[in-house]
Amino acid sequence: MMSKIVRTMASLLILFALIYGLYIIMHGHLTPGGGFQGGAVVASGVALLIVAFGSDNIHKSLKEHHLSILESSGALIFIGLAFGGLAIVFFYNFLVGSSIFGHIPPSGPNTGDIWTAGVIPFMNIAVGLKVLAGLSAILLVMALATTVMEVEE
Amino acid sequence: MIELGVLHIIIPILIVVCALLVAIFKDLIAAVISLAAMSLLLALEFYLLQAPDVAIAEAGVGATITVAIYILAIRATRRE
Repeated sequence: MMSKIVRTMASLLILFALIYGLYIIMHGHLTPGGGFQGGAVVASGVALLIVAFGSDNIHKSLKEHHLSILESSGALIFIGLAFGGLAIVFFYNFLVGSSIFGHIPPSGPNTGDIWTAGVIPFMNIAVGLKVLAGLSAILLVMALATTVMEVEE
Repeated sequence: MIELGVLHIIIPILIVVCALLVAIFKDLIAAVISLAAMSLLLALEFYLLQAPDVAIAEAGVGATITVAIYILAIRATRRE
């Protein structure tokens, strides 16, 4: 565990890291970025927490089998959405025209409409869930393994 | 204001310098921080080359996640 200054700043900055990562995931169909990039940003926030508070304190509230469930559910949501359009063709965008993410995108220079692109935002959320859970689990297991080695020596 | 063409010369030179410093440094933490600087400069160069998507991925994975994993791995080693 680091000093009180580092812990206070980390608990402030984790909010900005989380909001920025979720923004990148949510706006993946409008701006640069998407599921993978946003998930990596959120996982870097988790790395900040692990460095500031120590892996043992983080492990009390963030277990790796919970992260494993989250990662698998991300993959299942992605595959399920792909099978959702199977009545016409695999990966068919069946939400276009509906009220959920189904608006027609405006043409010409515009600020961007978030309610467009059909199933693409949901697939971005699924990929983001998978990436953030997977990278956080890798970091957590790595931190726990190295602390165990420190104790043994 | 530096012209964009000059930046395209300076940043690749700095990337190569940082990559050489990774091999030269004897201290492992210093080498990893040099690797992080190389990743950040590479992300900046991707952004200047009109690839913001790749730049976010490089800054997210290259400059934070891999560096965190390297530092956690170095924590388990001993200084001689």
